[in-house]
Amino acid sequence: MVKVLGWLAALGVAAGLIVGFGVAPREVTQGNVQRIMYLHVPAVWVAYLSFIVGFVASVAYLARRREGADRLAHAACEVGTVFLGVNIATGAIWGKPTWGTWWTWDARLTSVAVVFVMFLAYLLLRQAVEDRERGARYAAVLGIVAALNIPLVHFSVYWWRTLHQPPSLIKPGSSAMSPVILVALLVNFAALALLGAYFVARRTRVLAAEAEALA
Amino acid sequence: MMTHEALIEVVGLVRLFGATRVLDGVSLTVASGEAVALLGPNGSGKSTLLKIVATLLRPTRGTAKVAGHDCVRQAEAVRGVLGLIAHGAHVYDDLTALENLRFWATLSGMPADPERLAAALDDVALERHADARVRTFSVGMKRRLALARLGLGRPRVLLLDEPFAGLDQRGRKWLEGRLEAFKAGGGAVLMATHSFGRELEIADRLAILAGGRIALDTPRAALASDDVQRLYAAHTEEAPL
Amino acid sequence: MSYARRALIVAWKDLVVERRSKETLNALLFFSLALLFVFQFTLGPDRERLAAVLPGVLWLGFILSGVLGLGRTFLVERENDCWEALLLAPGDKSAVYVGKLAASLAVMLVVEAIVLALFTLFFNVDLGPVLPGLALVIVLGTLGIAAVGALFAAMTAQVRARELLFPVLLLPVLVPVLLAAVKATEALLLREDLASVAHWWQLLVAADIVYVVIGLLTFDVILEG
Repeated sequence: MVKVLGWLAALGVAAGLIVGFGVAPREVTQGNVQRIMYLHVPAVWVAYLSFIVGFVASVAYLARRREGADRLAHAACEVGTVFLGVNIATGAIWGKPTWGTWWTWDARLTSVAVVFVMFLAYLLLRQAVEDRERGARYAAVLGIVAALNIPLVHFSVYWWRTLHQPPSLIKPGSSAMSPVILVALLVNFAALALLGAYFVARRTRVLAAEAEALA
Repeated sequence: MMTHEALIEVVGLVRLFGATRVLDGVSLTVASGEAVALLGPNGSGKSTLLKIVATLLRPTRGTAKVAGHDCVRQAEAVRGVLGLIAHGAHVYDDLTALENLRFWATLSGMPADPERLAAALDDVALERHADARVRTFSVGMKRRLALARLGLGRPRVLLLDEPFAGLDQRGRKWLEGRLEAFKAGGGAVLMATHSFGRELEIADRLAILAGGRIALDTPRAALASDDVQRLYAAHTEEAPL
Repeated sequence: MSYARRALIVAWKDLVVERRSKETLNALLFFSLALLFVFQFTLGPDRERLAAVLPGVLWLGFILSGVLGLGRTFLVERENDCWEALLLAPGDKSAVYVGKLAASLAVMLVVEAIVLALFTLFFNVDLGPVLPGLALVIVLGTLGIAAVGALFAAMTAQVRARELLFPVLLLPVLVPVLLAAVKATEALLLREDLASVAHWWQLLVAADIVYVVIGLLTFDVILEG
């Protein structure tokens, strides 16, 4: 099952690369570096998808105390954090040659950064609690708080940057959304989602094996 | 009075802390009117066992029941009939004896009128210290205050962790008397200790916890104190920790 | 109603202990005073610059005091070995959360009121006309800080690296509350009325509701073991 997922993910990534480099048009002003968008944007979508999965799994864990739910929550939040990191890094790589700066405090970057730090704290909590069962409970509560906080972060940051202030210039993907580009984004989203699911599946396997070894 | 109802029932209890199997299949029963002394060296899991029965910890496997209520699934019901006296006296140093009782009574949803609280203090001979800050109390006085607190709730099961430690001669006699009265009223007592002290005098049964299991569970009546020491040494040496 | 009685007794206990030991309130007041001086020295005497950063500086002071004070909310339970007893007392544990929240909120608001008074004194700001609106924003913001703080304080109380972990968990989560509070304060200090900052205090209300509800629902899970 996991193997199938792995193969699908590999296929998806291949398809994504082909579409990103071959099919999608070369951006007029930015050149090929703009193609990084096909990794950058889907990465954040997959990240948020992972956090939603993490949220649901956390609630499920608190309701039923099934360890499988805890492992899923752990893996999903981890993978989500990694994809957010990819998003931030690719954003910086894209930003430097294109707009001359690694970072800026615009709405999107800032809110992603805050969510990233929130979930880094989640991973830190997991590390800090030695007792497995207690760590699972605490992490579930934090996972719920963090996930429900995401919309609050988005609104507050967005209002912070846009009200009484000119809209920011850096909006990845705001350049002409032709159908080809949209398709390319969606293909890459599917590819990364499969890859993310594969990572989550592998990670839960590893977590289960660790638990087995101790029991 | 003597229903011999099993007030504490522990079956196949396993508890892991990280990679350590602190409890590895513990089974024990304590009946109404009975006191069981749980003996074991430090680190043998006595406190862990008490905590699981007290609903403070969940077991990794196995079940624990108090007065027929499951400690995990019916924790609130268990807490209503249980009293715990552990290392911490569970009292606030900056509050007076009376304020402490008022706090705990109200938090437990019990009536906290001044007469009831004064009577509870009277019961444990602390009425003269009602308005003194607990910070000034001796170990024995704090232990008595803890019992006063428990007395407000009428528990059916008492879990004690090293109850006689730090008490002077008078305190020990007094506690012994209280526990005997509690047993006579149909209560069940489970006491954890690692020394061969007063706990053994009032215990009806002895259980030795070693290697994560009950290595020995025997009525105490027939044993002399040397027997106890011998058995203890034998069981705690051969069982791997 | 028993729930309210229980929550009140927890708040009462915390406040009595605090009044007798005077640890937290004094420490927070001195800390805030120290911050005041640090702000003055690092930001320089430029009146206009100070006025511009005042909202941010004020809330920075509030949240740093909050981190300090809230991190200690369960210290009295730990020091007196009462943690287990809180759990063992029968009844809905969320009443304990409400009590802790109420007590922390009360202490924080007292500190904030004094700090606000000192700020107006030292930085010569006239708060008269905007005081009601400002009070509302401060109460809503502090409620958000305390709601998450009380929950996370319970979480980190039993963890070894608690002094480090508590602010690390708390601060990122409180970004929306901080942003909303600072922007609303800023607007109010510029003499805009409450209606113009409606979205900000509405966000605060929404955040407060989310955090308190989560706290009520999950506190007993945290307290357990």
